[in-house]
Amino acid sequence: MGDFLVWAIWFLAAAGCLGSGLAVITFTNPFYSALALISNLGSLAVLFLLASAEFLAAAQVLVYAGAVMVMFLFVIAYLGDRSEGVRLSGGPNWVRIGAVVAATALLVEVVVVIGLAADDQLSDTAEIQRSFGSPEEIGRLFLTDHLLAFEITSIVLLVAAVGGVVLGSRSRAEDELDEAEAARAGA
Amino acid sequence: MQGPDVSWYLIVAALLFSIGTAGVLLRRSPLIVLLSLEIMLNAANLALISFARMHGDHTGQVFALAVMAVAASEVVVGLGLIVAIARRRLDLDVDRLRVLRG
Repeated sequence: MGDFLVWAIWFLAAAGCLGSGLAVITFTNPFYSALALISNLGSLAVLFLLASAEFLAAAQVLVYAGAVMVMFLFVIAYLGDRSEGVRLSGGPNWVRIGAVVAATALLVEVVVVIGLAADDQLSDTAEIQRSFGSPEEIGRLFLTDHLLAFEITSIVLLVAAVGGVVLGSRSRAEDELDEAEAARAGA
Repeated sequence: MQGPDVSWYLIVAALLFSIGTAGVLLRRSPLIVLLSLEIMLNAANLALISFARMHGDHTGQVFALAVMAVAASEVVVGLGLIVAIARRRLDLDVDRLRVLRG
């Protein structure tokens, strides 16, 4: 019974994940795309939980579905309606067909390469303890074995924050644009 | 309680990754391209986590957390660029943004 429940939840989450992923790339309105990505991230968090990555599932919901997507929605609201003229990438039809073919080729490649390399090793799953994936375990690893990665991550986040401020601040070119517009309005 | 094994997770990860690739290649709004990039990064995270589960080793999960931080930084810079592009009254269209000028 427990097995059946796990499989059922897994299939629901996987189907939700793939369906909302497709929705992200097909919706015309970027706002709906962002909402679809939130449900994609939510069902991914369920898959993370089923793979006993409890801390990562929580971080996924907090960092992604919470912070990052709120920022996305703010920017989409700020840009308003002007964000999308023509939906699909330009050029003749074969460009689009080529894009789909490239994505499918990537999928086939990944499946074939992993299938060939792995043989049947993929089916044996290691025994784990109940604490696998808990915040304690991850935190201890971050402060012992992976301390360098932890520190580099903090520097990356700092640089990104500074970069965001710099990119968001007004530049001279924009001031000139605004002045030109004001002059036109006055004339 | 035995759920699906790693190959199932990997199939979902591969499908998600190619959905994200198709989004990046097909759409021309930079916002949707960024959203599709997020899908690709998360597909990679799913593969990392399922391998961590298979080996019973936390390293994959630590790596996935680092990927999450990099993805958050990428969103900050990407959205900053999009806002800067929009304020210069350029078209938000990846096919037409061909030159990098100050």
